[in-house]
Amino acid sequence: MRKKFLLGSDRMAGKRLGKQTLKFSSPPSVISNAAIAGPKEGEGPLSQYFDLILTDDYFGEDSWEKAESKMLKEAVKSAVKASGRSNTNIDFMFAGDLLNQIISSSFAARELQIPYIGLYGACSTMAESLCMGALMIDGGFAEAVVCATSSHFCSAERQYRFPLEQGVQRSPFTQWTVTGAGAAVVAEAGTGPYITHATIGKVLDFGIKDANNMGAAMAPAAVDTITAHLNETGRKPEYYDLIITGDLGKVGKAIILDMMPKEGFDITKVYNDCGSMIFDSEKQDTHAGGSGCGCAAVVLNGYIAKEMKRGNINKVLLIATGALLSPTTTWQGESIPCIAHAVAIENAIGVGV
Amino acid sequence: MKTKMSSKQYEKYIKDKLPKPAYLKNCIAAFIVGGLICDVAQFISNTAKSYGYNQEAVSSITAASMVFLGAFLTGIGIYDRIGKFAGAGSIVPITGFANSMVSPAMEFKREGFVFGVGAKMFILAGPVLVYGISASILIGIIRYLLGK
Repeated sequence: MRKKFLLGSDRMAGKRLGKQTLKFSSPPSVISNAAIAGPKEGEGPLSQYFDLILTDDYFGEDSWEKAESKMLKEAVKSAVKASGRSNTNIDFMFAGDLLNQIISSSFAARELQIPYIGLYGACSTMAESLCMGALMIDGGFAEAVVCATSSHFCSAERQYRFPLEQGVQRSPFTQWTVTGAGAAVVAEAGTGPYITHATIGKVLDFGIKDANNMGAAMAPAAVDTITAHLNETGRKPEYYDLIITGDLGKVGKAIILDMMPKEGFDITKVYNDCGSMIFDSEKQDTHAGGSGCGCAAVVLNGYIAKEMKRGNINKVLLIATGALLSPTTTWQGESIPCIAHAVAIENAIGVGV
Repeated sequence: MKTKMSSKQYEKYIKDKLPKPAYLKNCIAAFIVGGLICDVAQFISNTAKSYGYNQEAVSSITAASMVFLGAFLTGIGIYDRIGKFAGAGSIVPITGFANSMVSPAMEFKREGFVFGVGAKMFILAGPVLVYGISASILIGIIRYLLGK
């Protein structure tokens, strides 16, 4: 009886590996993607992978919040279009963003009229939404869903930090919030890539209080989720062609590479970080790299999606990391709780472990 | 996860992984730009004096001109670039004070003139005013008591 309790009920058999990892019994397929990036991101090293690059931060709107919401809406629209469906053929939309009360997502959902589930996982939203969407499909409740998220440098700065025109020096370890939005349509049937596993993260807090030091704050959560995923699936890091974190930047990346061997895994050969890839920090003056929901979103739906389609990458573990703070908690002197969710995306099912 | 660290241990652990600010370069930039701002103010002051204004008027003219310059450069999007280079060199002078009021006013214009510009204008300058005025009152009282 006790053993049965530990393993969960019979209905769950084989769907849960260990405490945190879910194994989809019929892995849903990512059938289309869309990545919209801001002007600065469009000048970065990954520009060729974006479906649309904005020419100005306002995207034809009169506020940055509206511009962000429009980016998310357009990303969803173009992903749905690329899937060959229409909005009415999408069962649910899972989306979230950084702005208070996740307005970018909800306001986009108002226009899109797809049944909507709003998520908040800060910058972990891309992995979180894919995980929730895949669950809905594998559970038999939906045939096709769209998963999306966005962030905007200007709207994030004014909510979390300083007015843009204020003359301040940024710390060398600060990150630059990515202006961008990404959406993926996930369906029951398709030719891949498939979402095979998801690992739900725990909220960890190693006591960082400086809201400019996100990489260091979020790194332990990523280490915890990667370790749980590898232990619970029994996979070795080399199983993946790419293990990629969402937005740890240079500081977080260095911490991951230093901490992972202590957990018994050397991921150096296959590891990278979206935040470290999206900008050329020397030329673009972005200090420790990119951050924000949009960072993992445009790298996943731009770079990773296209490289997987070309067959250059076949097995990816995306670990999107989120700092679950608010301006209020920062002012009250609280430390920053962080989370990381992982999704395994593979071109083929059932190859290897 | 095997790694367990207290927040103190983690802080120590990440210390050498954080890039350090270029202190010397930043100090020199702050010194030069801060000095140049003071030179401009001195020039305005001297010019006003040569027109025969008394000391009190000269101080007012200088302060008003510098506040105008700070606000103007913020408005045309230059002061944030100066600040990025000079740091405290352009925050400490009165032009920095103007910047700290004009920048939120610009940013929050979208929320309207009452709850946007009017209310948010003081989010950065407010604390400076509160504690600056409080300190001057306190010192005024001390001077009054000692002066007796």
